[in-house]
Amino acid sequence: MKIPKFLLSILLIACLVMAIGLPAYAAKVIKIGVIGPMKFMQGKGHWNGATMAAEEINAKGGLWVGKKKMKIELVKADSNEFLSMTDATNAMELLLTRHKVDFIVGGFRTEAVLAMQDMAMDYKKIFIGVGAASDEICTRVAKDYDTYKYWFRGSPFSSTYLGKTSFIHLGTVAAILKMYLHIPKIKVAVVAEKAMWTEGMIKACEVYLPRMGMDVVGIWRPSAVATDVTAELAAIQRSGAHIVFTIFSSSVGITFARQAGELKIPAAMVGINVEAQKDGFYEATEKMGNYVMTLNTYARGVEYNELTPRFVNTYIKRFGETPTYTADTYTAIIYSLAPVIEEAETLDADKIVAILENREYAVPSGKHKYMKDAQGRHLHDLTWGPGYLTSLGVQWQDGKLVGVWPNRWKAAKGAPEITYKGIVPYKIAPWIIEKYKK
Amino acid sequence: MILDIIISGLISGSVYALLAIGFSLIYGAARIVNLAHTAFYMVASYCIYYATHKMGIHPVLAMLAAIILVTLIGLVCYQLFINPIREHEAAVLIATIAIAMAMQEVMLLIFTGDFLSVPALVKGYLKIFGVKIAYQQLLTIGAALLILAGVWAVLMKTRLGLAIRSTAQDREVANLMGMNESRVAMITMGISVGLAAFAGAVVVPLTIVNPHMWMHPLIIMLAVVVLGGLGSLKGSFAGAYILGFTEALVVFLIPFGAFLKGSVALSVMILVLLIRPEGLFGIAFEEER
Repeated sequence: MKIPKFLLSILLIACLVMAIGLPAYAAKVIKIGVIGPMKFMQGKGHWNGATMAAEEINAKGGLWVGKKKMKIELVKADSNEFLSMTDATNAMELLLTRHKVDFIVGGFRTEAVLAMQDMAMDYKKIFIGVGAASDEICTRVAKDYDTYKYWFRGSPFSSTYLGKTSFIHLGTVAAILKMYLHIPKIKVAVVAEKAMWTEGMIKACEVYLPRMGMDVVGIWRPSAVATDVTAELAAIQRSGAHIVFTIFSSSVGITFARQAGELKIPAAMVGINVEAQKDGFYEATEKMGNYVMTLNTYARGVEYNELTPRFVNTYIKRFGETPTYTADTYTAIIYSLAPVIEEAETLDADKIVAILENREYAVPSGKHKYMKDAQGRHLHDLTWGPGYLTSLGVQWQDGKLVGVWPNRWKAAKGAPEITYKGIVPYKIAPWIIEKYKK
Repeated sequence: MILDIIISGLISGSVYALLAIGFSLIYGAARIVNLAHTAFYMVASYCIYYATHKMGIHPVLAMLAAIILVTLIGLVCYQLFINPIREHEAAVLIATIAIAMAMQEVMLLIFTGDFLSVPALVKGYLKIFGVKIAYQQLLTIGAALLILAGVWAVLMKTRLGLAIRSTAQDREVANLMGMNESRVAMITMGISVGLAAFAGAVVVPLTIVNPHMWMHPLIIMLAVVVLGGLGSLKGSFAGAYILGFTEALVVFLIPFGAFLKGSVALSVMILVLLIRPEGLFGIAFEEER
């Protein structure tokens, strides 16, 4: 029987529609977009942490969403945010429109995250930020809750607390130098890369360091990707600084540490140096990065609680390196999203927000509790302090990254001393001892 | 502080001079605006990294190998992508920027965006009037000045140099005088890329290797060439040190604005151009050639 062409066309179109639509009838998955600068260490951390989380959940069959079990499907999006804001927003656009993700984790540069946040909020998608520290990202939640309530900070804590913790580290090192080298008044050189997230910290340095009894002998602002800082180092040495307070998140952290180590600048480096958090830092500085101290979230052998070794050791076994704070996409998925989805029994963002913003829960780096501002408005920002999140002070010693803070630290007068398991004493560089012992 | 500025200015100026003279050479001899010039400098840096860290080759040998390899890559790129469209300047401009970006993406693919480094040839430092100067920095300055002297000697004292200068002065007449203009252009391209690779070799122990390391030097190199006068080797040499010292002055005198060193250097270029549009040693009218 000859089938009319018209009928044949209808049949073909029907088959095509079914082929396209068939996946929709398959078991649904929970799609989580992982967005970050994937060709860089920060983005790799995002992806690795999320991968580990998804594998763990899927190994158990997925998450219970009501009566249905759903597996996690990760969607990788390269924001390329170090180089192009347009790429970052395009990547977010793809996650939201083409991939239609249910949740998003990641982001790194504040400038990019602010733009990506707006897009995610337009689509009412929960976005857990893992990387950007700027306070503004969370104050938006307080100022316009209905729009920004889908945003939560996953890691690290805000710039304000990064600054506070860094100042505590600075005070600790200053006290050590004063005690062992009999330096009457500590001089500090502040070196901060030119980037948005450092602005608040620089202003804080100018205010708080004098109050801490230290002199600020100068503030240097190299480019975040500066490849030569010998000029800055020469000027810092001439200033007589005892401590260099670093505020780096990009490659200038390697350049600075390497050249300071080569020239044996007699000043202790302490502060934030994101590149120094990485296992490869020592090699990248050609073994000149010893004695650099930086704020960090994880270190081998250091435990905040019983969840820490499980996460850190599994990560090291899986990926061959210590996790950095961007690997807290693991925390965002395993401890923030997964239990709340199961509790809410739905993927509905509003219902999840209502539960998540009031939860207090243990994580490998401490405990999460979302803050409110002075007026009682939700910030969806992380609470800092003993019992919650304090992070670590880590130092490169003999080519290994070890935890050196908190070491008998008291958060306030009369408060109990805190020392995490695995913390070791801080070491002063021999060339600093040599200079000041004379 | 004066000594710091001198050392810092000499290092930056020498690297910019190496890059700018290579760029000016190929522009002068073949009217090719090679925007991939600093990308070859980046590729050389990666070759040195790979040879020293992954193959365990001695850094000096790695540098020599990188210079030869990158020069060959440059010649191949020239033959395949630039020579066929040499007469169309706009097309050459676009082609070279495409080559640069392609090389960047290849490096990103192979090495990712991780920041890498190469060991110094000479470790340690010496103190001059209380100022610490790394031996590697002095080596870099010395090597750069030596090569610049070598280039000058080749250009001024050899038949090849004469051919290059003649072609740069007037291609048509050089051709009529029996010089194979296209062969001279190719040789000049080889020398030009070789200089870029050499700049990568001398600077790589002092810098961080990453796929985007070619961008800042490209901008400064173009500023140097324009400041000195397009096609003028003398101008490129002078312009390189002017901008190198400008950057050093900014970092030392305005520590809070150290990140502005590039912008200030470019502003100096603009100021000079306002007074002398053809650059310091450039030619005001094409007919002067």
